Amino acid sequence: MRMPERNLVQAVRDALYEEMERDDRVCILGEDVGRKGGVFKATEGLQQRFGPQRVLDTPLAESSIAAVAQGLALEGFLAVAEMQFADYSFPAFNQIVNEIAKVRYRSNGDFACPLVIRAPTGGGVRGALYHSQSPEAFYCHVPGLKVVLPSTPADAKGLLKAAIRDPDPVIFLEPKKLYRAERQEVGDGEAAVLPMGVASLVRPGTDLTAVTYGYMRAVTVQAASRLSADGIEVEIIDLRTLRPWDVESCIRSIEKTGRVAVVYEANRTGGFGAEVAAELAERCFASLDAPVSRIASPDVPAMPFSPPLEHAFMLNPDKVADGLRRVARY
Amino acid sequence: MPTDDRTLTREQVLDAYRTVLRARTLDDRRFVLNRAGKLAFIISPRGHEVAQVAAITALQPGGDRFCLYYRNFAAALACGFTPEELMLSAFARAADPSSGGRQTPGNFGSRRRGVIIGSSTVGPQIPKAAGIGLALKWKAEGALCYVSFGEGATSQGDFHEGLNFAAIHRCPVIFFCENNRWAISVPQPLQVAGPGVAERAAGYGIPGVRVHGDDFFAVHAAVRQAAERARAGDGPSLIEAEVLRLQSHSTDDDQRAYRDAVELAAEAARDPIPRMREALMQRGWLTAEADASLREEVNRDVERATESAEAAADPEPGSLGRHVYADA
Repeated sequence: MRMPERNLVQAVRDALYEEMERDDRVCILGEDVGRKGGVFKATEGLQQRFGPQRVLDTPLAESSIAAVAQGLALEGFLAVAEMQFADYSFPAFNQIVNEIAKVRYRSNGDFACPLVIRAPTGGGVRGALYHSQSPEAFYCHVPGLKVVLPSTPADAKGLLKAAIRDPDPVIFLEPKKLYRAERQEVGDGEAAVLPMGVASLVRPGTDLTAVTYGYMRAVTVQAASRLSADGIEVEIIDLRTLRPWDVESCIRSIEKTGRVAVVYEANRTGGFGAEVAAELAERCFASLDAPVSRIASPDVPAMPFSPPLEHAFMLNPDKVADGLRRVARY
Repeated sequence: MPTDDRTLTREQVLDAYRTVLRARTLDDRRFVLNRAGKLAFIISPRGHEVAQVAAITALQPGGDRFCLYYRNFAAALACGFTPEELMLSAFARAADPSSGGRQTPGNFGSRRRGVIIGSSTVGPQIPKAAGIGLALKWKAEGALCYVSFGEGATSQGDFHEGLNFAAIHRCPVIFFCENNRWAISVPQPLQVAGPGVAERAAGYGIPGVRVHGDDFFAVHAAVRQAAERARAGDGPSLIEAEVLRLQSHSTDDDQRAYRDAVELAAEAARDPIPRMREALMQRGWLTAEADASLREEVNRDVERATESAEAAADPEPGSLGRHVYADA
C-alpha cells in the first residue's frame, strides 16, 4: 500500500495530530499556533479539531511559554510548546536550562518534566540575523535535555512522536529551509515512531565519512555526488538526534573509511560539530588516516539579510565538496 | 479587612504558632551550626515566619500546590515538612526529601505534599505557577497554586509574564509577595517604582492587596479571600505582605554593612512572633505557662531533629549521575 507523501512541515503537523488523537494529555501552546495554525503552518487545523484549550495561543512571551509548559508537565499534561523561531528561544533560556532541564536532577527523581519545545532552526531562507540561527549547541550542552534535529519528513514525524512520548524534556529543532523542500512517503501511527539517539546511514561509502545533521544532510549529499565523479566515495551519516548522539555508528564508519569530516550549519567555534569532532578524535585515533575536520559556518554573529552575504555565510555543495576533498586527499 | 477569628479555631491558630516557633528555633540552631562550621549556607526566614505560616494555614497542604522560594522555611514547615527533614536538607544528607542533598537548603520540594521543587534563580516559579494553575483549572478539582517570592523578584520579567498569563486565563493562583524592602543590599526605592507591589495588580485586572505581614489574622484573611476567589473560578490575586528582614540575606551576608544600625534595632523590636503571642494571649487562647511548655517542646523537637540529621548518611558519591534522565 502506498503511503501518503508529505513534506517536513506536514509531517510535523501529522505527528502532532496523531499524538493528540492518541493521548488526550497532549496539548500545544505557543505564539500564533491556534487560529493561524503557526507561522509555518505546523499546527494548521489543530485548534479547529482539538479546541482552544488543547491548542492554546499564548501571549508573546517565550519565558512564560516554557514556564507554562513546565507547569503543565508537572501536573501530568504533555505540552508541546512552539518557539516561533529558535532565535526567539533565548528569552526562555533560564526556564529551559535552569528549570526544565534540572527538575528531575534537583528533586532527586521526585519530579519529572516531560515536554517538547519545538522551534524552526537554521538559515538559507532570507531570514537574516534573527530568523536563521542554529542554536543547537547551547541546548546540547545541558544534561537533562534531549535534542533532536531531523532532516527528512519521515524522521521529523517519527522522532517528534518519540519526543512527545519521552519521559524527559526534548528540544525539537526543525530546519525551516527543509519545511517544503522535499516530499516523501511517511507512515502513520505506531509504525512511524523512530527511536531517539539512532543515526541514519544516508549514503554508503568507502573513502571518507561525513557526519552531519539537519539541512546540511542534503548539502552533503550533493557534495558527495561531486566527489563520486572523481572516484571518492563518501559515507554520510545523519545524526538526527544530537543529545544523545549515536557515536557508535560514527565509529564503525570511521573504522572502515579512516577519515571523517563533521558538516554543520552553525558557527564553527563551539558548535555541536566541534563536540562530535572531539569525541571521534578521542575514540578513533588509531583508525584515522587524516585529522578530524570540521566544515561549518564562519564565526560571524549571525546570517546577514543581503543575498550575497547570506550566500557567503551558508555552506553549499561547493564549499562542502572542497572541505571533503581536503580530508580525502590528506 | 475581617480579622478571620470566625474562620479559625483555637487549635488551628495554636498549631500555626507552634510552627512559627519551630521555624524560629530551627533557624536559630542552623545559624549556630553555620557559625560552628557545620552548615555551609542557610537563608533565614527571620521576620517572615508569621506571614508565611498564616498564608499556608489559609490553604490546603496536600491538596493545593505550593511554589515556594528560598526564604520560605516557615512555609515549608506549614506545608508539612518536619524539623528533621529540614535539618537533613541543611546538612545536605542523602535523606533530604527535597533533593537528597543536591540543592542548597531553601529549595523545597515534595511531590506528595504538592510542594513543587524550587530552584535558586529569582522569579522563575512565578510563570511556572501560572502553568500549574492552568492545569489545575483544566482538572477542575478545586485545587489552587500558591506562589511566593520577595519584592526583588517582582523586578524580573517572569513576574510580569506570570501574572499576565494567569490573569488572561483566570488561573487559580495566589501570588504572594513577601516584601521585606531589601533584595540583599538593594532597598525597595531602587527596586520597585511606584508605591509598592500590590498596585501592579491593577495592570492585570486582578485584585491586589497589601497586608501587615506581622498580623497573623490579617494575612490569613487576605489569603483566604484570594483562595475563595481562585476556587470559584474568578482567577488569580496578588498579595503583598509587608515583613521585616530581621536577619541578613544569607549566612554569607552581613546586613550591618549596608543598613542603618538604628533602623535594624527598631526592626528587631518589632519582631512579629511576640506580637502573635500577645494576640493569642489577649484572646485567652494561650497562657504564659502554656507558652513556656510549648517552647520547651519545640526546643526538644529541634534538638532531636538536629542530632538525627547530623548523624544521617551523606549521599553516595556514586549517585552523582543518577536522575539526569528517566533511565539513569
